[in-house]
Amino acid sequence: MPVHRINWFKYAAPQNFFALAGRLIPWFSIAAAVLCVAGLYLGLWLAPTDAQQGDAYRIIFVHVPAAWMSMVVYLAMAFWAAIGLIFNSRLSYMLASAVAPTGAWMTFLALWTGALWGKPTWGTYWVWDARLTSELVLLFLYFGFMALHAAIDDLRRADRSAALLAIVGVVNVPIIYFSVQWWNTLHQGASVSLTKAPSMAPPMLIGMLVMAIAFWMYCIAVSLARARTIILERERHARWTQRTLGAA
Amino acid sequence: MSRTGPPAAAAAPAASVPDAMRCLLLRDIRLAVRRRADTLSALVFFVLVASLFPLGVGPDSALLRTMGPGVVWVAALLAAMLPLGRMFADDYQDGTLEQLLLSACPLPLLVSAKIAAHWLCSGFLLALVSPLLAVQFDLGWPATGVLILSLLLGTPVLSLVGAVGAALTVGVRGAAVLMPLLVLPLFIPVLIFGAAAVEASRSGLGVAGHFSLLGAFAVLAVVGAPLATAAALRIAVE
Repeated sequence: MPVHRINWFKYAAPQNFFALAGRLIPWFSIAAAVLCVAGLYLGLWLAPTDAQQGDAYRIIFVHVPAAWMSMVVYLAMAFWAAIGLIFNSRLSYMLASAVAPTGAWMTFLALWTGALWGKPTWGTYWVWDARLTSELVLLFLYFGFMALHAAIDDLRRADRSAALLAIVGVVNVPIIYFSVQWWNTLHQGASVSLTKAPSMAPPMLIGMLVMAIAFWMYCIAVSLARARTIILERERHARWTQRTLGAA
Repeated sequence: MSRTGPPAAAAAPAASVPDAMRCLLLRDIRLAVRRRADTLSALVFFVLVASLFPLGVGPDSALLRTMGPGVVWVAALLAAMLPLGRMFADDYQDGTLEQLLLSACPLPLLVSAKIAAHWLCSGFLLALVSPLLAVQFDLGWPATGVLILSLLLGTPVLSLVGAVGAALTVGVRGAAVLMPLLVLPLFIPVLIFGAAAVEASRSGLGVAGHFSLLGAFAVLAVVGAPLATAAALRIAVE
């Protein structure tokens, strides 16, 4: 039997990736919408009221997935930035630029929902807690990445400089993740971990995990859509782009 | 042919790496001494910013004593950032930077020499001036010693991390506005533990933990920052 080898480099060509992303976006969008509805139904109707926090805890179904994604997207951005610097592939830089605004938005969402959650439970919108501060730093790192990219006119230098900055900023991600363990501050510890049984009721946990997958799907769909726009913008003089745009 | 050519080129001693580093260090310090107004203005800025706080929040001595460590550290952070813009900009404009990139010496080591010179002309002087501010904020004796030590340990990290930001923004329009956005978020851990060390000493707690973390940041920065700076310079100049 012939062994089918996938040619991974096929989709490193912006032209092929553009078509692939176009085919994938509807699937990820539909998955995001369906899972979001299911997760919210689980979280807002089926999950029981928390013994200590009442119904205020229900913002967890947006807050925790957003906080996870804020870190995951940063790692994805740094990953594509590193791939770009190592293999010098144009598409990697485009992907790094494409995920950055989504990551910034997720970070903002995590901070915002955290503030709304903090008011009823801690009595204040904001405390200078280790996790809040490091999440805020993450937001500034996203802003720095986008600002540096926007400030440099030479596209090649902008890509590579911003990529280096993204890699340097990676040191912040473990600091955020472990901040609740390293500093015993106001932010509660993790409710979910891989090593021990979760400290929450099953419907809550399933609702949160479904919402987390929904956020994954949303981030992928939006990033792919943005990547398509960036590809068109950068490859606007290529013949295939002219053909694609002419047909559309 | 070229092997048997005129001996002048072959006889010219190739500068060893330590020689090149020392030469670059002394050159940068000499430049800073000749333009001492630039160096001194950062020091004046340091004292000025810290002096603004008592005027802003009022002369309540208990409050100022509590705020003192943080205020002095924030002022040091901003003052250490001021001269970063010139770290590579002048060399970039007059072509020195290209010569450094073409040099046979490893670029990260040359960059380390430049960073060391920058630290001697900014962070080191800030640490020397800081007792003056400690007196103004009435921090008391052991806390003042801890402040100087924490600045001596923390400001090298500021110069090292700042060098990455300076290299990334060299020759970029709006670099002066962009640099704080890139660099300040990465300064935050140093600020937290530097100010916390002084605060801990003021309230009679141990400072060893804070100093260990500051030392860890310094080690990490000494190893990583010159490499990142060198990479950023190659991207900027290519």
